[in-house]
Amino acid sequence: MSPAHHHAPTAPLLEVAGLRVAYRTRRGHVEAVRGVDLAVARGGVTAVVGESGSGKSSAAQAVIGLLADNGAVTGGTIALTGTDGRRQELVGLPERDWRQLRGTRIGLIPQDPTSSLDPVRTIGASVADPLRIHGWRDRDRIDARVLELLERVGLDDPAARARQYPHELSGGMRQRVLIAAALALEPELLIADEPTSALDVTVQATVLDLIDELREATGAGVLLITHDLAVAADRADTLVVMRAGRVEESGPTGQVLAAPSADYTRTLLADAPSLRRVVERAPRLSSTDETPLVTVHGLRQEFAGRGGRTPFVAVEDLSFEIPRGTTHALVGESGSGKTTTGRAIAGFRVPTAGSILVDGTEVTQLGGKRLREFRSTVQLVHQNPFGSLDPRQSIAQILEEPLRNTRRGSRAERRSAALHHLELVSLPPEVASRRPRELSGGQRQRVAIARALILQPDVVVLDEAVSALDVTVQAQILRLLASLQDELGLTYVFISHDLAVVRQVADTVSVLRRGVQVESGAVERVLEDPRHDYTRQLLAAIPGSGGTRPGDPGIDHEELTAS
Amino acid sequence: MRYLLRRIGGALLVLVLAFTAAYVLLAALPGDAVLARYGNPDLGLTADQLAEIRAAYGADRSAIVQYLDTAVSFLRGDLGYSVQSGAAVSALLAEALPSTLTLAALGLLVALVLAVLIAFTATHGSLRGGRPTAWLRSALRGLPPLMVSLPVFWIGIMLIQVFSFQLGLVPVLNAGPVQSLILPVATLAIPIAAPLAQVLIRSIDEVSAQPFVAVARSRGASAWWLLWRTVARNALLPALTMAGLLFGELVGGAVVTEAVFGRMGVGQLTAQAVAARDTPVLMAVVVLSTVVFVLVNLIVDLLYPVLDARLRRTDATGPARTGATSSAPVAPASPEPAERSEVTAR
Repeated sequence: MSPAHHHAPTAPLLEVAGLRVAYRTRRGHVEAVRGVDLAVARGGVTAVVGESGSGKSSAAQAVIGLLADNGAVTGGTIALTGTDGRRQELVGLPERDWRQLRGTRIGLIPQDPTSSLDPVRTIGASVADPLRIHGWRDRDRIDARVLELLERVGLDDPAARARQYPHELSGGMRQRVLIAAALALEPELLIADEPTSALDVTVQATVLDLIDELREATGAGVLLITHDLAVAADRADTLVVMRAGRVEESGPTGQVLAAPSADYTRTLLADAPSLRRVVERAPRLSSTDETPLVTVHGLRQEFAGRGGRTPFVAVEDLSFEIPRGTTHALVGESGSGKTTTGRAIAGFRVPTAGSILVDGTEVTQLGGKRLREFRSTVQLVHQNPFGSLDPRQSIAQILEEPLRNTRRGSRAERRSAALHHLELVSLPPEVASRRPRELSGGQRQRVAIARALILQPDVVVLDEAVSALDVTVQAQILRLLASLQDELGLTYVFISHDLAVVRQVADTVSVLRRGVQVESGAVERVLEDPRHDYTRQLLAAIPGSGGTRPGDPGIDHEELTAS
Repeated sequence: MRYLLRRIGGALLVLVLAFTAAYVLLAALPGDAVLARYGNPDLGLTADQLAEIRAAYGADRSAIVQYLDTAVSFLRGDLGYSVQSGAAVSALLAEALPSTLTLAALGLLVALVLAVLIAFTATHGSLRGGRPTAWLRSALRGLPPLMVSLPVFWIGIMLIQVFSFQLGLVPVLNAGPVQSLILPVATLAIPIAAPLAQVLIRSIDEVSAQPFVAVARSRGASAWWLLWRTVARNALLPALTMAGLLFGELVGGAVVTEAVFGRMGVGQLTAQAVAARDTPVLMAVVVLSTVVFVLVNLIVDLLYPVLDARLRRTDATGPARTGATSSAPVAPASPEPAERSEVTAR
């Protein structure tokens, strides 16, 4: 244990100075954090904002002493000051002392609630973990504390929840459980590492509200790690902007946002779809009189219930039209049926009822050879650019594959088409000989878009195509999509959960909720003057819009309907 | 409940199929046991007398009738009589079984202990990163593949050679009951421990990389806590499957081991029966080992839902799950219920 110093009572709860973190890799030492200073005040929220690879997570892991096996703090200090004014240095602390600190004084709210709970143990057992680890033995006392915690984070019927397993709860509820476990021993410092990036927007808002509320109640300090400047803007009183392991800018949130001094902060602000307009594009609704390119009418998709149960309706009576050269957005949360609709338009699933006309072809009637031919008309771009590209093929092979499959062109023609399309998505020709793993997420998504375009489709279905990307990359891809639409006259079906992005790129929009189209029309009309409660709820949940914190009961009523 | 009935039904089906296959294969062998025992010209039996003996054994009836007859008497627990010695097969088995059971049970136990020991040590958190322990870790990780590639009979012969003849630690002749078990158990345990350890190491590695393990560490858990409370139960499932399958190895291993070490037991009995074409004994051994094999794997199947709540497929789950599953590929790590809750949550 390091010698205790007595500081003025104003010393911040957490003080990080000159922190450096390096990882041992095959290519030698890689510095992920290169001299970071930050502080978290008691009862305050400090947000560390940055894109993937900025070192923000490494910094957070260093604060709780949980760097990966090959990582180590190579310099700087991390000091935690208790309520009694005792200051403890954490760098170089032996593992045994770390264990006594974790859970008791520093709590962690992890990133991905779906995989952060032990799948084979009950919710109650997981929440009781910190208590048992730190020496609680009395079963009745532990059980009582667990129920109290579950109630505290707003779960209904805590006794029943405690006996359930993680897979029986929704993502938002699981995150509440993890928050309960983090709070079990009332730590002074809470580290929230991207606590809501895996959740739907409306759930994100309620979970962040909960963290705020608990922080106020317990007086804990929060170190919030996020890629979303808008979330940070809403929740933090101090902002630390990180890039490439360094702090670009830090200061009180209002000051940083109003007058950013670093260029990088300005870029981040300019690319945040919920804060600024990131894409300049002219609305394309001039030619409303001509017949639309895509007409979906009365679409219904059922999935058979198991064992004679009533079938589950994924999409119910959905109708919309998309004029050529425009973008129609399908907006909704997970389970709203937007992906199902996208796949039906691309001819991958025959709907239970309804019709889909693309350029005069009834997609639902196609089969065999005609369906194969039709596939060149509508192309899909998936969300995950890491999973949608074959890791064993070179980029050129990936781009040529659709041409080979449809027997188009000679070998030389295919190669030149591949190079042309690389240029189209603003990638250098050298990329052609690389493999997907050598590319960044944004570059991969460009490749996926190029592959979709190489068959010269009329319609491109973009299924959450920008959701997994960092904001600046997201903004670049959105701009690319807009310019490709201008150049090639493409028609987009833009599937997204993010109304802020939709506002930027779409002409018309359908808002889906549990497979039902609750609202549709021109984007300006729907977003400026939403007529349905659900649309309003989605709009209010966009971080950075200011309307995130009404005096709500603390929990989304619908989140609780999951049994 | 339906899961239970389906599994038991499946197990019964396997039993019937195995019995039939064994019967057909043994019946297809050229000649029969009557010829093998009484056909010797020295006995001077005429063809008529042979036919009479056949009739007495019921060997002159049609194949189907014989098959059904055998099946019915097996169901009644009547395993028939050895053609070679005339003794009741059940008596022969009862005599040989205890020795084999001791050998197999000890072998399995030692194999389990060995596998868990190797796997836990090779993956233990405190061995990570540290330079001095790095070699120990890689040595332990290299051990199972080496052990897997050694044949049982070779291990047996080498063990006798080294420990009995060269070092003189364990006598081969006139050994006490405990001494006579040491080398056979070791011979049997090594090839079973190896694949088990391999599967365990792999699944411990996989589970350790899961976010929920990092979360447990963030609550202050020690390396031992992580191993026992968090990792072990998740890593056990694949190893359990492997253990069930390895039971077959145990049966085969027992035959070879008993032959190499000259121990009396079911393995020795089997070897003799094969040599003498003693069909009733062979049938009984095949059926016995099938029953045990099927039982062990039934138990393993029934243990899954006990160990992992995600595999408890009760009828309580909503219809939404089916929809979500068929519409989207589901990650193996989080089976479809995760999808279901997403759907019903909204």
